[in-house]
Amino acid sequence: MRALLLALALMLSGAPAFAQVATDATPLRFTDTTEEKRFHTLVSELRCVMCQNQSLADSNAQIAVDLRREVLELMRQGKSDGEIKDFLVARYGEFVLYRPQVESKTWLLWFGPALVLLAGGIVVAGAVRRRSRPTGQDANERNEEQEW
Amino acid sequence: MSDSTSSNTPAARKSTMRWIPLAIVAALGVLLFAGVLLSRNPNRDALPSPLIGKPAPAFRLPVLHEAGRLVTDKDLRGAPYLLNVWGSWCPACRDEHPVLTRFAETKRVRVIGFNWKDEHADALRWLEQFGNPYLMVLTDYDGKAAIDWGIYGAPETFLVDAGGTIRWKYVGPLTDEVIQNELLPKLAQIDAKSASL
Repeated sequence: MRALLLALALMLSGAPAFAQVATDATPLRFTDTTEEKRFHTLVSELRCVMCQNQSLADSNAQIAVDLRREVLELMRQGKSDGEIKDFLVARYGEFVLYRPQVESKTWLLWFGPALVLLAGGIVVAGAVRRRSRPTGQDANERNEEQEW
Repeated sequence: MSDSTSSNTPAARKSTMRWIPLAIVAALGVLLFAGVLLSRNPNRDALPSPLIGKPAPAFRLPVLHEAGRLVTDKDLRGAPYLLNVWGSWCPACRDEHPVLTRFAETKRVRVIGFNWKDEHADALRWLEQFGNPYLMVLTDYDGKAAIDWGIYGAPETFLVDAGGTIRWKYVGPLTDEVIQNELLPKLAQIDAKSASL
């Protein structure tokens, strides 16, 4: 394996040095499709730490390549998805998870959108009720309300 | 119900309703302003390391200038050290180089290089060309040790105390201000702690 890598590196060393680092050209090899599927689902749920708007699956940054290899290695060691995520969180922080754990710190993150939706719903319901009220509003008031 | 309430409050309700759009616009303004303020921090993309306050990860790495010599985390215990992640491929490391050299010359703390994802010859050439500020350079060419350190880009700098605990991390090129305002106070804090023991 080492010799193969070395040979590859030698072959590639003539190539123009546009890459930041000597990227290793060996793509990940999967033993079967279940492994491949599991790997892809797992990796698409992890965020690339370098290029923070891409998932680990999408990124071509060197660190993403290394982390993908590490994830596959951990899978082969028989680690569960949860254990692999814990491994990465312990080193890179919660940031690597696209779906962070539900805890007091992340409550706003998890439930904030629902709160906003609820507030919006209340406002809309109020407006609808006011408008559909058949009596008790003189024409004058209706005009004023439509002012803005 | 509607009769009784609407007969005495429409005026009051109207006037409060009138302010709602303004309040919404004002709230948006506050939000935007907060965003602008937050984005003024040039280092806002740096991830906080979960390793601060934790023991430095175990490693066993070759030394760049001494073929065959391996150094472990335990070998470095006994005095604090600064671990600076760099690579000859990293332009920001070159920007950082004079700052780091100046700091290393003060001999305030041991400065250890962590040559990450590099090639032996390139790394040696880089140090020859620009000067070697490091007491010792460890190499991690397959990037496995770097993952344990939570390293994701170069340059990155860690401060590890005498007991082997990570005390501080900085992502991005060190500047004189960062050394002055963050690193030196942290070092003083570590010294005070070890003196009191």
